Amino acid sequence: MADHKELTTTPSTDSSQRPVAPAVDIFEDAGGITLLADMPGVSRDRLEVHLDGDNLSIEGRVELDAPAQMRPLWAEVSVPRFRRTFTLSRELDAARIEANLKDGVLTLRVPKQAHAQPRRIDVRAA
Amino acid sequence: MIDTMLSRPQSLFDQLESMQRLLARSFGDGAPGGIRAVGYGAFPEINVGRTPTSVEVFAFAPGIDASSLDVTIERNVLKIAGARAASNAGRDAQVQLYANERPQGRFSRAVSLPDDVDPLKVEAKYRDGVLRVSIALSAAAQPQRIAVN
Repeated sequence: MADHKELTTTPSTDSSQRPVAPAVDIFEDAGGITLLADMPGVSRDRLEVHLDGDNLSIEGRVELDAPAQMRPLWAEVSVPRFRRTFTLSRELDAARIEANLKDGVLTLRVPKQAHAQPRRIDVRAA
Repeated sequence: MIDTMLSRPQSLFDQLESMQRLLARSFGDGAPGGIRAVGYGAFPEINVGRTPTSVEVFAFAPGIDASSLDVTIERNVLKIAGARAASNAGRDAQVQLYANERPQGRFSRAVSLPDDVDPLKVEAKYRDGVLRVSIALSAAAQPQRIAVN
């Protein structure tokens, strides 16, 4: 587990409906942080990426195109909701976050503030 | 409809199981439950449902190229196989990895189907990272209306 992120859980009265934390990959390069989250069954209009101060939360509802008369025989995915919250650090530019959802994988790109990006300082000849 | 699909009878054991799963996710220790269950964390996760005319299998396999999925039925066992590329493939030493929870590489899961399905009438669709395989019940197993003369 990385010290960079913090998983917060909100107490819920109905424990069976507590959202599941999606599995994530997080990596950082010189320009910023990339986060990938597995959210199968979540379509674009059921996904919410929310930014509140330093808190970045991702939340999605699973929707299956299941026939109405279907009854379950076996369910490994029993909670139709994903949620996970991360704490951003100051050098990240929350205003320029880019989100992309494809085939149930959410990709978030959080760029670093311009001043936090590594720079090469030109040395001018005198 | 999703609610009926995903809800299970709530019992003490179910709650225990979800606790185990929560713990398993935190500590990486798989805790097998039912006879068809694999250790927690199997990929893809699978839900199975039944309608009057078909058996529906949902495999939660996000981020996969649908054409690379291999779905086969042999002797009433449905097998779903494929591969998922690493998200950070080709990263160089400059890239710092903080979390690597998403399964990657080759996967394969099998589901035994009820005896009364027709393995020749199968449809598979991949949408939003969920593979849905519908297997029709054999004609004899489907509800029939009997005309009264």
